Amino acid sequence: MNRKVLFLLPLLVTITIFGYFFWALTSPGRDPKKLPSVLIDKPAPMFDLVGLEGLDVPGFARQDLTDNGKISVVNIFASWCIPCLAEHPYMLKLGARDDINLFAINYRDKPEDALKWLKKHGNPYHRIGRDPNSRAGIDWGVYGVPETFIVDSGGTIRYKHVGPLNTGDLENIILPIIENLQAQQ
Amino acid sequence: MRATINATGLGLLFFTLMLLMAINLAHAVEPDEILDDPVLEARAREISQEVRCPVCQNEPIDSSNAELARELRLVVRERLVAGDSDEQVKNYLADRYGDFVLFRPPVKTTTYLLWAGPGLFFLLGGVGVFFFYRGSRRQKVPTPLSPEEQSKLDQLLADKSGKEDSA
Repeated sequence: MNRKVLFLLPLLVTITIFGYFFWALTSPGRDPKKLPSVLIDKPAPMFDLVGLEGLDVPGFARQDLTDNGKISVVNIFASWCIPCLAEHPYMLKLGARDDINLFAINYRDKPEDALKWLKKHGNPYHRIGRDPNSRAGIDWGVYGVPETFIVDSGGTIRYKHVGPLNTGDLENIILPIIENLQAQQ
Repeated sequence: MRATINATGLGLLFFTLMLLMAINLAHAVEPDEILDDPVLEARAREISQEVRCPVCQNEPIDSSNAELARELRLVVRERLVAGDSDEQVKNYLADRYGDFVLFRPPVKTTTYLLWAGPGLFFLLGGVGVFFFYRGSRRQKVPTPLSPEEQSKLDQLLADKSGKEDSA
């Protein structure tokens, strides 16, 4: 009896390992390449970015996050980034709201390209800061575009979304977090 | 007269090209990044080899061609020039990208299992091996043959010796 259990042990270990593989490969929404942000519940980094010339919105600095008592959505985008275009309709939706700030960091982009892109697809952002060499991005822990942060009115980072937003992300994650934070104030 | 390239020359050219490509693959560090101070540069290289590029996640920033990796290499060098210790530079990056960017994760409560894991498994295996051999040694005392088996064995042995005699 005892020995039989011992013989079954390798089989059990194998089944356990393969079970984990199966889970890791099939569970939806699991992407091991997505890094958890270490900046959640930490104050947003210091930065002061100039705006895009030729656009009617100003640049973007750390202080703008805490200035008007609103929740801020900070989107990292670039004109060369295709997924950014995919999530652009949701940015337009967020930008139309006046109870939140929608700010953008224009990541590793040429100003003329960014300008052309925004003219073509519409500018939803209330403020845009240029980050040509991604130094501000590094301080935000950005490792790709698009990324979207939610920052409370005290300047604390509350959420980070990696990759383009879709309808489900907006309705099930982003908007509830914004509402929740607004209710706390 | 037209210039002719003989086989040796072509081979040499090919070899040089391959060598250049190999060098290019091994080092993504570009000339304009290199610091004038060789000591600081050596430290920068050492740190860069232990920092994971967050974009191409299994490559150190030292050999990664990603734009972010280049920027991080520059950050590493700037921190060193500003007088940071190696540890401070690594912490600076880990504060932004998490311990994930360090190929050698720090020892702390969340990583105890990671660090102790191999030792624990070795110990577990050792205990297993110990009991396996102890168990097999105990079984070396054979159970005595039953009277039937004994008589059958005697018969077989008798048969065998009889055959050998006749042969």
